[in-house]
Amino acid sequence: MPEILKGLWITIQATIYGSLVSFALGLVWAVALRSRSRWVTWPVSIFVEFIRNTPLLVQLFFLFFVLPGWGLAFSPLTTGVIGLGLHYSTYTSEVYRAGIDGVPPGQWEAATALSLPRRRTWTAVILPQAFRRVVPALGNYVIAMFKDTPLLAGITVADMLFQANSISATTFDYLEPITIVGILFVVISYPTSLLLRALERRLVR
Amino acid sequence: MTGALWQLFFEGLWITIQLMVYSAALAAAVAFGIGLARTSRFWIVRFLSGVYVEFFRGTSALVLMFWLFFALPLLGWQLVGIWAGTLALGLSYGAYGSEVVRGALQSVAPAQQEAAIALSFTPWQRLRKVLLPQAVPEMMPPFNNLLIELLKGTALASLLSIGELTFQAKLARLSTGESAQIYGIILVLYFAVAFVLTRIMRVLERRAKASVGRAVPKGEGWFSRKLPVEKQGPEALATGGKP
Repeated sequence: MPEILKGLWITIQATIYGSLVSFALGLVWAVALRSRSRWVTWPVSIFVEFIRNTPLLVQLFFLFFVLPGWGLAFSPLTTGVIGLGLHYSTYTSEVYRAGIDGVPPGQWEAATALSLPRRRTWTAVILPQAFRRVVPALGNYVIAMFKDTPLLAGITVADMLFQANSISATTFDYLEPITIVGILFVVISYPTSLLLRALERRLVR
Repeated sequence: MTGALWQLFFEGLWITIQLMVYSAALAAAVAFGIGLARTSRFWIVRFLSGVYVEFFRGTSALVLMFWLFFALPLLGWQLVGIWAGTLALGLSYGAYGSEVVRGALQSVAPAQQEAAIALSFTPWQRLRKVLLPQAVPEMMPPFNNLLIELLKGTALASLLSIGELTFQAKLARLSTGESAQIYGIILVLYFAVAFVLTRIMRVLERRAKASVGRAVPKGEGWFSRKLPVEKQGPEALATGGKP
């Protein structure tokens, strides 16, 4: 049990850092996809669709085995965070896109009428209004990411699943550790999703 | 890349497709069963199906797969790898799918129900002739997303040493050491399958919508993913890809 809790800490770390990476990258994609230049939108949309329609596990293996060959040697956890963040950024970008689309067109026009530069339009007008709408949806992807962290066991990150497997390997008890891990996921993700629903009711009216 | 390696990949791809088809069939059965149960008249049925959904949505598909493969035998059922994978994927994606079914059923205008009752249809007739024909077209785009998620989920079975595409890639990597090339090819293969699936689902959506006299919105890009911001309940989230 203490080992599993150690694994839980790693799992939570991976979720938090991965989420931050996905929030930042997703915003980059979302803003890039609204660009007026095809030279920006095409490559970004192809990249995003490619990442979103291929398995996270294979992407993790790719990063884990290929990056060192390019002279980028990270710890397994860092690799996992990059992989999770990259994969989920393609989902969060969709959330931002929907949030940005939800801002009334009049706001864009008003910014143009005030001759605000494009950057100021984004930072002072559009994003603050989009923000409220996207928070609950982003939260849902944090939960989804949390449930995907066991994949990191596949690239030797000592998360909960990894710990459960190593306990089983030494004690030959396969039932208890893995059951505890499965239940821990439910025990953490269900209340969180309830909290999110409450938050959603307050934020998105 | 030699011919033998390609053969290895295509064998893996074949297993991947089998795994996906079986899991999708199970997930569809679970989705409709649980989705209908969520709209039942009896509170106990609604409650139990709700518990099912929250449990399987709340846990990790990979942990579930490991549990079925390693822990279940100790309780007396031994599963072949591919069936442990199918069961885990079918049960967890079925839970996501049930939310889609429930949302689509609830989106049918209440007057339709009342009209069917007024015409003294039996509950079964109401479902088959009135509710489902109108709800199914609504389900198509989110089902497409879930099917792609399911395809991506089949890669998890490689960790149970089932010889699907990702596992075969691992074998190829161990024998040649060409990681970048091999994983690049595998990713492209998955992408190609996802693309074909999306095309098939679009055709099905068009047919389903045509049968109730509605047109498919144009200009949806290559892959249909929509996330309505206005109503982001659980059922709307299912349309945004991962719920």
